[in-house]
Amino acid sequence: MTASSAGFRTPLSRARGLGSARHGVGHFIADRVTGLALIPLSIWAAYAGLKVAAGGYVVAVEWLARPLNAVLLGLFVVAGFVHLRLAIQVVIEDYIEGFVAKSAALIANYFVCVLGAALGVFAILKVALLGAF
Amino acid sequence: MVQLALPKNSRVGKGRHYPAPKGAKRVKTFRIYRYDPEGSDNPRWDTYDVDVGACGPMLLDVLIHIKNTVDPTLTFRRSCREGVCGSCAMNVGGRNTLACTCGWEDVPGGAIQVSPLPSQPVVKDLVPDLTLFYAQYASIEPWLHTETPQPQTEWKQSIEDRAKLDGLYECILCACCSTSCPSYWWNGEKYLGPATLLHAYRWLIDSRDEATGERLDALEDPFKLYRCHTIMNCAQVCPKGLNPAKAIAEVKKLMVERVV
Ligand code: SF4
Ligand code: SF4
Ligand code: FES
Repeated sequence: MTASSAGFRTPLSRARGLGSARHGVGHFIADRVTGLALIPLSIWAAYAGLKVAAGGYVVAVEWLARPLNAVLLGLFVVAGFVHLRLAIQVVIEDYIEGFVAKSAALIANYFVCVLGAALGVFAILKVALLGAF
Repeated sequence: MVQLALPKNSRVGKGRHYPAPKGAKRVKTFRIYRYDPEGSDNPRWDTYDVDVGACGPMLLDVLIHIKNTVDPTLTFRRSCREGVCGSCAMNVGGRNTLACTCGWEDVPGGAIQVSPLPSQPVVKDLVPDLTLFYAQYASIEPWLHTETPQPQTEWKQSIEDRAKLDGLYECILCACCSTSCPSYWWNGEKYLGPATLLHAYRWLIDSRDEATGERLDALEDPFKLYRCHTIMNCAQVCPKGLNPAKAIAEVKKLMVERVV
């Protein structure tokens, strides 16, 4: 807001703005918890990825058919996309101005991340339950 | 989007050059930001070759020397000259600090560049308009909130509880920290900034205060509080050696404590 568009509002009124949104701690906790979960999950995923990559297609399908692997990979994908969504949201809030542009970016972020997580989980389930076609 | 380039009318041009007086033995060059928003000219950098043998060791001494003997139109703010009032905060050699406690010999590099605190409107030359900064401070209601009837004597506080205010009460509201914070640059209208949040914490942990919950309510906001991304510029520049980033982290901890 420039000095002129601030008009005759008092400085205190400007500083108070629309008041407190009374939320934010949920985002903060979700960010930390998914971040924490991603530490062991990423190490596991990197290790598994290297192992599976060395074995080829059939080995990979067999690997994913094991329940523990499928579940952990599913958790990795979901935690990853939740964490990504939260992080990108912060970047959007930081840098994009204007209610319309910001809302559009936030919604797009939400859609893309949910889509990514859904596709990932679907792919894992398909291979884990139905095997390779 | 965030503005990355200055608008045309605030691009800083080259200004005048004031050579050192004849016979000056020690000369140091200062490039000083000059701007009068009421005039029609763009801001400019004026260059002063100062006879530093003739003035004191602090940057403020140099500014006063220039104003008294070279260029009386140079405008800056100062009062105490000993790091207590916070009015001489400015950007010296790329770093926010108090001109009165900053020895110019300690500023690295050749010519020393002096400009007003970043990201605030300029009143004139080195004087920033801190109206919103002060209003943000006022918005956290920086005084004791109580409902219990006033005691006959004072509100008592243990020595340990009093000690919790150390590292917070010393803040002189110079705005060095807030105006060095990138989050405050981008979202200064909505983010309260490190100085105000440091004070918010000061009242949150005051054992005598009875409005801790209301204070936390007023702060729990994606912008007012959670714009702090722990970039730590604030702690690096505070001329009083305080750590607003730590205070903000403590506020965030209290927010979590309240829900778990
Ligand atoms: S730690 Fe927070 S308040 Fe301090 S400079 Fe960084 S973002 Fe700003
Ligand atoms: S915390 Fe330090 S830098 Fe910030 S306003 Fe207070 S004294 Fe100045
Ligand atoms: S003049 Fe008071 S802090 Fe510098």
